[in-house]
Amino acid sequence: MSAPRTAVRYLSAGRVIEVADFPPMTTLLDHIRLERRRTGTKEGCGEGDCGACTVAVGRPVDGRMVYQPVNACIALLGQIDGCELVTVEDLAAREGRLHPIQAAMVEKHGSQCGFCTPGIVMSLFVLYHGDGPVDRKAVTDQLAGNLCRCTGYRPIVDAALEACAGRGPGSVDAIAAAEAETIAGLAAIDDGRDLMVGTAESFFAAPASIASLAALVAAHPDATLVAGATDVGLWITKQLRHLPKIIALGRVAGLDAIADHPDRLEIGATATFAAAEAAIGAIDPDLAELWRRIGSKQVRASGTVGGNIANGSPIGDSPPALIALGAELELQCGPDLRRLPLEDYFLAYGRQDRRPGEFVRRVIVPKLGPGQVFRAYKISKRFDQDISAVMGAFRLTLDGGRIAAARIAFGGMAGTPKRAAATEAALVGADPADPATWAPALAAIRTDYVPLSDMRASAAYRSEVAAALLEKALIESAGAATDLTRITGQREARLDRVA
Amino acid sequence: MTVSPDPAGLADAAGLADAAALAVVGRPLVHDSAVKHVQGAAAYIDDIAEPARTLQVVPGHAPSAARGRILSIDLDRVRAAPGVVAVLTAADVPGINDCSPSVGGDPVFAEGRILFHGQVVFAVAAETRDQARRAARLAAIEVEAETPAVTVDDALDRNTEVLPPYEFRKGEVVAALDASPARIGGTFRIGGQEHFYLEGQAALAVPGEDGDMLVHTSTQHPTEVQHITAKVLGLPDAAVVAECRRMGGGFGGKESQATQWAVIAALVARATGRPAKIRLDRDDDMIMTGKRHDFRVDWEAGHDADGRLTGVDVAFYGRCGYSADLSLGVNDRTMFHADNAYNYPAARIHSRRLLTDTVSNTAFRGFGGPQGTVFAERVMDEIAVRLGLDPLTVRKRNFYAPAGDTTPYGMPVEDNIIHDLVAELERTSDYWVRREAVKAFNASNRILKKGLALTPVKFGISFTLIHLNQAGALVHVYSDGSIMVNHGGTEMGQGLYLKVAQVVAEEFGVGIERVKITATTTAKVPNTSPTAASSGSDLNGMAARIAAGAIRARMAAVAAAEFGVPAEEVRFRDGRVFGGNASIGFGDLAKKAYLARVQLSEAGFYKTPEIHWDRPSATGRPFFYFAYGASCTEVTVDTLTGEMRVDRVDLLHDVGRSLNPALDIGQIEGAFVQGMGWLTTEELVFDRAGRLRTHAPSTYKIPTASDVPADFRTALFESGGCRADTIYRSKAVGEPPLMLANSVLSAVFDALAALRPGRVPPLNAPATPEAILTAAKAMRSD
Repeated sequence: MSAPRTAVRYLSAGRVIEVADFPPMTTLLDHIRLERRRTGTKEGCGEGDCGACTVAVGRPVDGRMVYQPVNACIALLGQIDGCELVTVEDLAAREGRLHPIQAAMVEKHGSQCGFCTPGIVMSLFVLYHGDGPVDRKAVTDQLAGNLCRCTGYRPIVDAALEACAGRGPGSVDAIAAAEAETIAGLAAIDDGRDLMVGTAESFFAAPASIASLAALVAAHPDATLVAGATDVGLWITKQLRHLPKIIALGRVAGLDAIADHPDRLEIGATATFAAAEAAIGAIDPDLAELWRRIGSKQVRASGTVGGNIANGSPIGDSPPALIALGAELELQCGPDLRRLPLEDYFLAYGRQDRRPGEFVRRVIVPKLGPGQVFRAYKISKRFDQDISAVMGAFRLTLDGGRIAAARIAFGGMAGTPKRAAATEAALVGADPADPATWAPALAAIRTDYVPLSDMRASAAYRSEVAAALLEKALIESAGAATDLTRITGQREARLDRVA
Repeated sequence: MTVSPDPAGLADAAGLADAAALAVVGRPLVHDSAVKHVQGAAAYIDDIAEPARTLQVVPGHAPSAARGRILSIDLDRVRAAPGVVAVLTAADVPGINDCSPSVGGDPVFAEGRILFHGQVVFAVAAETRDQARRAARLAAIEVEAETPAVTVDDALDRNTEVLPPYEFRKGEVVAALDASPARIGGTFRIGGQEHFYLEGQAALAVPGEDGDMLVHTSTQHPTEVQHITAKVLGLPDAAVVAECRRMGGGFGGKESQATQWAVIAALVARATGRPAKIRLDRDDDMIMTGKRHDFRVDWEAGHDADGRLTGVDVAFYGRCGYSADLSLGVNDRTMFHADNAYNYPAARIHSRRLLTDTVSNTAFRGFGGPQGTVFAERVMDEIAVRLGLDPLTVRKRNFYAPAGDTTPYGMPVEDNIIHDLVAELERTSDYWVRREAVKAFNASNRILKKGLALTPVKFGISFTLIHLNQAGALVHVYSDGSIMVNHGGTEMGQGLYLKVAQVVAEEFGVGIERVKITATTTAKVPNTSPTAASSGSDLNGMAARIAAGAIRARMAAVAAAEFGVPAEEVRFRDGRVFGGNASIGFGDLAKKAYLARVQLSEAGFYKTPEIHWDRPSATGRPFFYFAYGASCTEVTVDTLTGEMRVDRVDLLHDVGRSLNPALDIGQIEGAFVQGMGWLTTEELVFDRAGRLRTHAPSTYKIPTASDVPADFRTALFESGGCRADTIYRSKAVGEPPLMLANSVLSAVFDALAALRPGRVPPLNAPATPEAILTAAKAMRSD
């Protein structure tokens, strides 16, 4: 194996930018604004919630450039190694003609104060460049991570719809015009080597293989493993933590693999939420909707399923759903693998069953079996890009109209994602169509959890809602149409779309 | 500048049928910076190329304390941290350590006591921002902690106020209530609101000769930054220049509370002789700067069997925070708007301005008015529930008459168009058909309930501090015919610069591209008022028109002599100047005027006529005119979880004759959504220790794109123009439409009321899922 490369390389406006000397914690935004002095990309919050710093990061996929929106404020510079970086300054054609998204934003009066505008333009550029159909829902999903305080969004949505309706030959899109050149440029810097910038005491490393990763983690058990940095980024920008050794997982070949088996999904640790979206969503419409509401497009483009589990947050949205599905976690230490039920990984608040030198390898998610009904609900102050006050997930196995087995897990109700053991037991034998049979379970759920009050909700509200969600899951399991039981995430819409 | 076509027919919508004579005013031109915005080429403070050796400044506070005597401040570790060049405290202030916009009491740096959690105790200047941020956390500040008063109720218990109470009285309210067929009342709580301007507070101070200071500042009030910087630095006002090209949003949050940060940057620049920049981290910004006042409203009202009010007796308890700041005007404006569009035959409107040991609450779009109007709507909603009437019927029965009624503060309501406006919205929103559909839906659904509400807005226009109703502008015509305009107003995204430029272009009969828009600076126009109270274009547009008009008159005289016609027959249009059968290009005339030694520069000055207000006796005419609007909102509520979805919104708003209908619609829609956030998802949570727990967008939730319904209809009301003599008969638009969002809260109330007819839902604002579920539970309880 050749020696690691010691400089980060990426493509920007057709040029290779090489950065050999940078502190490992350097954020992409600081690099863009302070080092490169490109000030079009703004810092609004420094925590990946407002989207003013959105840039597009491009990678070649099957001969096409695919762009993802990235919150530059919490991304690390080293993470864009081998990618194309597109910032708002790069969109207009050389002769000054605006990109169609930019032109539509001007024409539709999509900017007022203008501070969120570069980020919005970049998010919409990604939408424009993608090849999916663009309707209003697609636009608002794309913008879930871009806050605008001036316009009320209506003109921005109009601009996006108009610009995307005009996609195709003849549109002025300098980025698309340069696609072949960009792919060639990226191929030229893609050496497949490990990356190691810094010293043994302070480094940014991005190993290229699982073997390199295992060796590096074993050698530096004190290093911080970074997948998408959607959480670690905040340790840096908000907590000002000192993280001298960073091992980025994004370049590890094969660690992001998603294997779709007839009875289960195997999701590699570094598969992003975005990458796993289609496969997860195919299991059940509620999983598709839950996935859609995890973070924002920016967060899902960087954040990983493995990371959401590994960092052990009590408010991560994927663990309750995965636990209800009966998921298992696979961890690796050196060459050794071990598996455990996902719920057993979460020991207590802030404490997980991950041993020194160990890293998350993959999560194994069983698909629904015959007679199994799945429901998931996320309750938050705001629908999009919010953290759950309560997140409830239910897998009910029905047999002859009665519940034969139940797996229920909640987030936001304890210091960890936690199963509702008493409720699960009390549901056995209950009939979703007969409310008289629910009483033991509705009583049990109030004993399963002793939630806390915080800025998202009071303990009383959480308890109330947990019971309400159980009730809702039962009503829906008995066949109620969800346009009568929910105001968001109706299953029928998604099922229609699939059909 | 791009002149956009008019695809949406906005010019017609603005009621400009008779505006054919206007070439530039009234056109829906795109924002003057739009092309720069979309390319990231519009520079905000943090984007200005830094002068060499610029220091980065970060404020420091005592993280553990909200109130108490400072026992010690140990900054040794801060000073010793890598990259640190200077650390300043109150002891380093050469002038007066106060940055209050009003009566004092706002120390730049804490002195002796901690007054709220997040109060700035010191500032650290370092070579990089990261170094300064890390150093700031190394301070050791010991405070003899005392229990803080955090909420309105805490302050009432403790009986502390930042300012004395104030009251309006109309008629004999006690007698009126005693004689009422029915009396209702209760306690209603209204939450505050974080501005969440996308560009946080920022300033760059550059020291000059003789101790002079140039401050680039993201502020709505450059003059105040100038004057207070001078006061704190111990300089004459003339030694300080404050300049602002644009803000990345303001919303009132940069009216008085941008000053402290500019002052701190200037103090560092003065102490070190180096340029100094401060840009608050978002969390610091949210912790250290004030918000919209939250209120407890204790009220009682009487009404007859038809739902007509007989009297209203209301006390507004406003949480002001630790100091007065702008709380006098804010709380006064709550009182001025406690009637909204409704005639109170008798009223007592009482107001207390409560001191809490929390950040000093400040201006926020509407300036207290929204809290007054949302109270008035609650009264209407409760009457409707009690009587089983439709809320819209109750509202209409209580509207001020088209003329002849008098407000609780003694001002006659003479320009009332709310009847026509609401009638139009009632029709265009299809209110009554939808009302039946909502009833049918609710009759057949147990979990989900729909609500519908149509609410009015009446908002008084003028600063109630009368002396602020003045403005200056400076217009230059250069000898090539290009025009530079400068005025005291600031640009925060609302399009003020463009509106004023349109006025100037109209005056000279030239295209908008000939008018150069420049940054607001205290060096060009002095002693300006804040860009606030929705007054920006009313005041500055008029001042600029006066200045341009004076120059035009002189140029007309030159042209008259050239053409041999009387000056009054000279016409300026299409970039040319006409007289008799001859014409000359505007630029050529400018050149001729210059050669003829004619002054081509003018300072314009405007003060609003007719207004007067005697606060001690609470009499006068505080407002030049009223702006009106109405909105209709339909929502669906999940009564199991408290979640809420807005299904459809119809807005109809009165901007008089619009200066720029595209900009006005942008203000209306943006204000509505901002108001909707205030009343729904935006919740400020302070803990018992006085610490704000929602100090970042991860925990404080402003609306996102998907919160805005797909069915969102906005129209401008064809009023025929403002009845007061405003600039081209336009009306102010910045704040009034925020209160269009009152219909969202009323619609949620309506949905909850469907759970049990006759019972009043105990719904407070904001209507978060938890607040809605709490009210729903109360509706279902026995």
